Amino acid sequence: MSRVHERRVQLEKDLGGDHLYASRVRVYSKAVKGKMRRIKWAVLAFCLTVYYLLPWLRWDRGPGRPTQAVLLDVASRRYYFFGLEFWPQDIYLLTGTLIVAAVALFLVTSLFGRVWCGYACPQTVWTDLFMWFEREIEGDRNERMKRDAGPLGFDKLWRKTAKHAVWLFTAFWTGGAWIMYFADAPTITREFWTGTAPVAAYFFIGLFTFTTYALAGWGREQVCTYMCPWPRFQSAMLDEQSLTTTYQAWRGEPRARGKRDPGARPAGDCVDCAACYSACPMGIDIRDGIQLECINCGLCIDACDHVMAITGRPKGLIAWDTLADQKAKQEGRSLAFRWLRPRTMIYFGALAIAGTVMLVALLLRAPIAMDAEHDRAPLFVPLPDGGLRNGYTLNLTNRTQRAAPFVLTVRGLPGAVLADGTAPQERHTALTLPVVADSIADFRVLVITPPNAPHAARWPITFVLRDPATGDETTYAAAFFGPAAAAGGGR
Amino acid sequence: MPGKIEKDSVTGTETTGHEWDGIRELNTPLPKWWVYVWIASIVWGIGYMLVYPSVPYGPGYFHGLLGYSSRSHVAHEVAEVDAKRDIYMKKIAAQPFSAIEKNPQLMQVAETAGAITFAENCQPCHGQGGEGRLGYPALAAGAWIWGGTLPAIRQTITYGIRSGDPQARDSQMPPFGKSGMLNAGQIQQVASFVWSKFYGHPTKGEDIAPGAKIFAANCAVCHGPQGQGNPAFGAPRLASHVHLYGDFRASIVRQVTDPRMGVMPNWNKRLDPATIKAVAIYVHDLGGGQ
Repeated sequence: MSRVHERRVQLEKDLGGDHLYASRVRVYSKAVKGKMRRIKWAVLAFCLTVYYLLPWLRWDRGPGRPTQAVLLDVASRRYYFFGLEFWPQDIYLLTGTLIVAAVALFLVTSLFGRVWCGYACPQTVWTDLFMWFEREIEGDRNERMKRDAGPLGFDKLWRKTAKHAVWLFTAFWTGGAWIMYFADAPTITREFWTGTAPVAAYFFIGLFTFTTYALAGWGREQVCTYMCPWPRFQSAMLDEQSLTTTYQAWRGEPRARGKRDPGARPAGDCVDCAACYSACPMGIDIRDGIQLECINCGLCIDACDHVMAITGRPKGLIAWDTLADQKAKQEGRSLAFRWLRPRTMIYFGALAIAGTVMLVALLLRAPIAMDAEHDRAPLFVPLPDGGLRNGYTLNLTNRTQRAAPFVLTVRGLPGAVLADGTAPQERHTALTLPVVADSIADFRVLVITPPNAPHAARWPITFVLRDPATGDETTYAAAFFGPAAAAGGGR
Repeated sequence: MPGKIEKDSVTGTETTGHEWDGIRELNTPLPKWWVYVWIASIVWGIGYMLVYPSVPYGPGYFHGLLGYSSRSHVAHEVAEVDAKRDIYMKKIAAQPFSAIEKNPQLMQVAETAGAITFAENCQPCHGQGGEGRLGYPALAAGAWIWGGTLPAIRQTITYGIRSGDPQARDSQMPPFGKSGMLNAGQIQQVASFVWSKFYGHPTKGEDIAPGAKIFAANCAVCHGPQGQGNPAFGAPRLASHVHLYGDFRASIVRQVTDPRMGVMPNWNKRLDPATIKAVAIYVHDLGGGQ
């Protein structure tokens, strides 16, 4: 019985019993050996090693600074990534990174189909890991199916208990590693076990323990088929030139069991042995053609190649291939894989542009920034001596790791002087506005013109902010407001 | 439910048995666990309705087993904030201005409390940023009539000006014209002198000497020989570009003939001493403080 047939039987059973909804058909995937499996193990090992160990990597940023290489410090609104430090104002870099990641995913999908889903997606990685635990404890496909169908005995009980215990422990470890990205890893570990960690830490460990356990242990292929939006629109990236896991129907069909006798009905290379769909973690039959559920993991390739070796037929009855090449092979020709197609070139172009823009934006981040907000009311204050005064709130950013004794001057207004809003009687031509390391500060600054100075209803001025220690400078184009008529005019 | 399972010949999928104009609907069911989640949501919803306020009836509504109410929640939170604020307001009430000014945290609380109180109580007359208007002094300009130090501002806010409070600031500008102390000609002469000499609008070919004499005899005692004013009597500074009744010659004539004298309410009946201090700090820091 094929998998699809099993499903058909199940459906008929459900409908016959007046059930509106379909039961889930459990997937018992069989262990395979081969090239794809080795690649999948290697990607899995790499991803999990990075995930679990990265928070423990240290990075020296000087005294009093976080020593964790990758840290998302929500409380103080800083994100540390090795030598880089990001502020909430750098959110556009995150947006850009997501755009780059999305376009890269489109490019890879248009070239190699859903390899992301098959190899690198966290859902796939953790599901694969959980399936490995399951096989180690409960045995391979046939043994598991038999035990599940049988009565509950001691053997079944202890194996199931052991499996869930291992799953829960792994899920807990996963949740624990997650929070280490948000707090200093050694500190939060100590706090966690001494019961002094913040409530949020326990909550998120619990949450991610639960989601990991539920999604990788129980949800599995249901997540990919029903919950994830990606398979629904990935077909927009695929075309007949994309590499996908493909059953070579032209040489496989008509499928038939048993030996190929010269006198018997002509039969293809497929011996209908069930190896391909038994190995499938999604529970589908690749021989039905390219389909939504397929995650392109290629485990059926390994399974089939093994059978082909036994039957003495050439490998690659299930292989990475394009739909166009399939068609050509049917006609006895063969097509080379086309890397450069309008689709891939557009994706690659978009990726190159987005990547370059993001890199330039990252490299040109200024260590100093200024914003000026003019007082809403009054726009200007006439002074007893005949001068005018405008008030501004200056927002100064010091992204460096030392205190910056910023010096503010104003350009474009003859004879204008500055005053600190907290000491308006003291006039300066250059105002010192110190900002401590790695922070933003607000200052109220007054700009004052001398008596009878020329002015207009709106006079463009420029604030110049300079860090005398580094020589960094930034400007802000502001406006100085006054009455429309000339100052000091008679009435 | 269909009695007999019918299969679509093209896809091999069962149909639901529904047919519209020859088009039959395929039966592609949802997974069961999805339905269970839906049922669980309904159960959760019922529980939610039981513990939180939910069903309205005639005169009231079911309050829920927890007795939760968003109003009391807000009242509780407001009380919490008030208690927190009280710590600082007590300090502001107890400490002298010089100590408050040295404490950035207290200054921040005072500035914030002052800004809010100012917007609610002072803004209608003195303007949003203390810019003032005709007849209402400009607080941001530094043209103080009764003094611009922190204690002077607090005094003015607390007891007001001509407010009727026993400790109110009070002074009278004599009605020189109305009472007959100066005749119309003399008033014009003194107005010309003030307009030219102090307001800074030179008059062409007009002799301001008679006006100067009248000013020295009648006005200088309060407004000062140089028109510098005197905050002790609330005598406005005349040698300035900012004037209570505007930069108009007619205003000078009007004030000498039949003066308008503004009233500022005493706020000690409405605001507590700590809040008044906060407003004084805010007003002082509008830019004109002394």
